Amino acid sequence: MIELAHIQVLSAALFCIGMYGVLARRSAVLILMSIELMLNAVNVNLIGYAAFADFADPEVARPQGQVIIIFIITIAAAELALAMAIILRLYRNRSSVNVDEIDLMRW
Amino acid sequence: MIEPSLVLFYIAGTLTLGGALGVVMTRNIVYAAFALLASMIGVAGVFLLLFAEFLALVQVLIYGGAIVIVVLFALMLTRIQDFEHLTDNRQWPIAALIAFAIFGLLVAGIARTDVRVADGGRQVVEFKDLGESLFVQWAVPFEVASLVLLVALIGAIVLVRSTGGRE
Repeated sequence: MIELAHIQVLSAALFCIGMYGVLARRSAVLILMSIELMLNAVNVNLIGYAAFADFADPEVARPQGQVIIIFIITIAAAELALAMAIILRLYRNRSSVNVDEIDLMRW
Repeated sequence: MIEPSLVLFYIAGTLTLGGALGVVMTRNIVYAAFALLASMIGVAGVFLLLFAEFLALVQVLIYGGAIVIVVLFALMLTRIQDFEHLTDNRQWPIAALIAFAIFGLLVAGIARTDVRVADGGRQVVEFKDLGESLFVQWAVPFEVASLVLLVALIGAIVLVRSTGGRE
């Protein structure tokens, strides 16, 4: 039987893999994909709680967990569109998407 | 006797984590995009196992369809041969250490936290309840989210448009 702890550990592992990708990768596109992984880890965690937790008013609270995930997916799509536009722009201006070389705004 | 749902959960979890590892490990960025697709399909499987059919559908459509396609398009519009031999930056051992440390911390936190769980395991959410919650209780945030999407799309178009003679 699936338990909440299974979902939580899966979510934690997915989040940490995504974080490793953000910290260790050089290509901006790959960093973006890793951020998507982290967002998905949050979704998995939320759906775990929405399905398992003992709410005071489950008829209201359980659907709300799913609604929040729908919003996260929406925002993730918007974020990805903008980030891809920024990456394409960056590529056009600097002909590179290596984040180590992009230090215009570095202190 | 192992329950079928648990077996299915392990399959979905393996797909998710394997795809995620593929994204952060592979040296070819096109493979990374397809590994991301596998990971997203795995997450959709987890959603299905937790009775969130609508979310599984949305996940496959938005992540499996749109987002991976957008990533692949971005790769096509930039020079793809630059990406066939990706290297990680020099801090990757530190990054791995931090990721493992935070994973350990999270698992310790999960093990120590006592969440009140409803009797009978996974609970079903009716489609009707989800729709009511989304379009009655959350109607205004829903509209704001659609506005956010519109603004993001216009912003993306403005950003990538070639500005003709003005530059």
